[in-house]
Amino acid sequence: MNLVRLDPRSLDPRSVNPKTAPPFPEAAKADLRDTQLRRNVARATDTIQRKRAALVEEKPDWQALRDAGAAIRGEALANLDRYLLQFEERFQAAGGTVHWAANAAEANRIVLGLLRESAAQEVIKIKSMTTAEIGLNEFLAQHGVTAHETDLAELILQLGGDQPSHIVVPALHKNRQQVREIFAHTMGLPDLSDDPEALTAAARQYLREKFLRVKTAICGANFLIAETGGVAIVESEGNGRMCLTLPDTLIAIAGIEKVIPRFADLEVLLQTLPRSATGERMNPYNSIWSGVLPGDGPKHMHVILLDNGRSRVLRDAIGRQALQCIRCGACQNACPVYRQTGGHAYGSVYAGPIGAILTPQLEEMRHAESLPYASSLCGACYEVCPVKINIPEVLVYLRARVVDRRRRKLASLFDQERAGMMMAAAVFANRRRYEAAQRLARTAQRAVRHGDAWYHWLPGMAGRWTETRDLAPLPQQTFREWWQRRRS
Amino acid sequence: MNGARRSSRERVLERIRGANLRAAAAPKPIPREYDRDSTKPAGEIVALFEERLRDYDARIFPVRRDEIGAKAAEILQAAGRQRIAVPDGLPSAWRADGIEWIPDHELSFDVLNAVDGVMTAATVGVAVSGSIALQHGPAEGRRILTLLPDYHLCVIEAAQVVETLPEAFARLDPMRPVTFFSGPSATADIEMTRIKGVHGPRFLDVLLVED
Repeated sequence: MNLVRLDPRSLDPRSVNPKTAPPFPEAAKADLRDTQLRRNVARATDTIQRKRAALVEEKPDWQALRDAGAAIRGEALANLDRYLLQFEERFQAAGGTVHWAANAAEANRIVLGLLRESAAQEVIKIKSMTTAEIGLNEFLAQHGVTAHETDLAELILQLGGDQPSHIVVPALHKNRQQVREIFAHTMGLPDLSDDPEALTAAARQYLREKFLRVKTAICGANFLIAETGGVAIVESEGNGRMCLTLPDTLIAIAGIEKVIPRFADLEVLLQTLPRSATGERMNPYNSIWSGVLPGDGPKHMHVILLDNGRSRVLRDAIGRQALQCIRCGACQNACPVYRQTGGHAYGSVYAGPIGAILTPQLEEMRHAESLPYASSLCGACYEVCPVKINIPEVLVYLRARVVDRRRRKLASLFDQERAGMMMAAAVFANRRRYEAAQRLARTAQRAVRHGDAWYHWLPGMAGRWTETRDLAPLPQQTFREWWQRRRS
Repeated sequence: MNGARRSSRERVLERIRGANLRAAAAPKPIPREYDRDSTKPAGEIVALFEERLRDYDARIFPVRRDEIGAKAAEILQAAGRQRIAVPDGLPSAWRADGIEWIPDHELSFDVLNAVDGVMTAATVGVAVSGSIALQHGPAEGRRILTLLPDYHLCVIEAAQVVETLPEAFARLDPMRPVTFFSGPSATADIEMTRIKGVHGPRFLDVLLVED
C-alpha cells in the first residue's frame, strides 16, 4: 500500500485533527512501544467487554432491539430534513433557539457570538465529541474564553494536556498513578492518594465551585427528538445535570444526524446504549427536556445543528450508515486493532472501527485515508454494534475509494503496486498464462532457495508482507498436475 | 435571525435533500419485536426492582401508605440528617415532626448545596434496570432540587413500578421534562473502577409504598 508520504517530523503524533495527524501505521508504531498505554487500554476494554457480554446475555430480545435501533436511525436519516425542521419548530416553540452551522468554523463563531452577548469569560462543559471535532476549546482559548471540562475523564485530559482516546471513557489510557500526578500537580494537592475514590472526591470538590459560579454551559446531545423538540443527555456522573440546570445559558452543539423521530424511540436506544457503552443496565442519569423550562434551569437555551461534512456522507448509499452511530464505543472495545494501539493512533476524535469509517468520509477522503486499512476485517465491530452498522462492508468499500482516487492521479501510472495488480489481473485471466507463471515461479524459487522452509524475507514491495508474516513456499506440484498424473 | 445564518440553514437542508434523493433506501416499517409488555406477576416485578436498585447500592424500605411520614423521619434521624429540602407539593402527611423540612420556594443554589438531603415523590420505576424517572411535577420538584444535595430519599408506589423500559415510556408525558436516575451518581473513568457519587447525590434511599 503506497499512501501519501508526509514528512513525519512535520506531524504531531498526538493530533486529533485528521489534517495534521500522521498516517495510522506510523502513529500506531509509536503507541505500540508504549507498554503502559497498552496495559491500560487492555484492562479498560476487557472490563467493559466482559460487563457488556453478561448484560447482553440476560436480554433475550437483544437482536430485536438491534433491529429496531437500526431501523429507527435509518428512518431518521432517510427523512433528515423533515425531522430537523420538526425539531427546530418544537424546540423554538418551547422557548429555545436553533442555529445552523455548515462547518466547524461557523459553529465556533456562533458559540463565540452567544458568549459575547452575555460577556462570558468562562464556560463549563459536558463531555462532547462534537465540540472536540470542531476544536471548540482551542478556538475559545484563542478568543480569551476559558472552557472547563467537567466530565472526570475530560478533566484528566484537560489538566494533563492530553487528547481523548476512547468515545465513552476518553482517559482509559491513564492509570491511577498517572491521574494522581496530574491532579496533585494542577490542583495543588501534594498529599493526594492514588485511590480512585480520593481522586474522584478531589474532582468533585474542584468542580463544585465552578458549577456554582460559571453562568454558561456548553454540551453536546445524545439525541434530538423531532416529535417533542427534546434534547436527551446520557451521563453517569451528574456533571451533565449540573451544567443543564445551574447556568443561565446553555448551548448544545449537535451533529445533524443526532435526531430521532419519536420520544418513544428512546425506549429502544436507552436500552442498547448503556449496555453497549459501559456495560450497565442503565447509566446513572438521563435528562430529556425541550427549550426553556419556567422556573427550572437555564433561561437561554440554544441548539447549534452542525453539518461539517455529514450531509456529504449522507450522499453515499453505503457510507451513510456510519451516521447511524449512537457513539457507544462498543466497536472500539471489540476491535483487535484498537485493543493493541488505543485511540490516539487514529489521529481523530473518532477512533476505532467507527472512526475508521467516519473520519475519512467527513474529510471527503482527502485525509485519514490510511484508516480504512486499520482493520483486520474480522467483523467483531459489526457484531456488537447496537444499531447494526456494517462497518466491515464500509471499510472494504472505502479502501476501494482510496484506490480509485489514487488511480486517477497521473503518478499512479508508475506505481509498483498498481503495476503488480495489473500484471496479476492479466495472469489470472488466462489459464495458459497462469500455468506458465506457476512454472516460472517454481523455477525461480529453486534458483534462490533449498528445501521447503517458509520465507521470512522478500525483496522490494513484497517485503511488506514478510515484515509481519511468513510466506509458505510454492509446492513442487499443483493439484491439477497431481490429478492429471494420477489419471494417466 | 441574520442573513448568514438563514443561508446556512437553507444550504444544509438543500444538501440533505439532495443526498437523500440520491442515496436513501426505500422506507420500511420499524420492527418492534422486542419485549414491550410485562411477563412477570406484579410481586415479582417489585422484587426485581428492589434487587436491581440494591445492585446500585441504593437502600430500599417497604412501607404502608400510612407509615411514610414516620418511616422517613426514622431513616433521616438515624442518619443524622436534619435539614431536608422538599418540593412545595410534597404531601404534608409525609413530613413528620422531628425533621426540619425546607420547602423549595426558589431556594438559592447555596442553600440547596448546604442542606442534609432532599425528599421527593417519583413518576415511574423500571424494574429491569432499577431506574426511577421524575417528571418534575409539584411533588418531585425542579431538576436541581434532586441534584445538589448529597442525599435523596425517594418515595415510589409499587403501582408505579413497571417491568420494562417501553412500559415506562408509555406512562411518561413526552411534553414534560424527564430525569431518569439509576442509583447514585457514579463514574468508572479511572481504571474502570466504579466510584459512587461524583457530582449528584452520593446516597439514595427509596421508600417503596405497598398497599
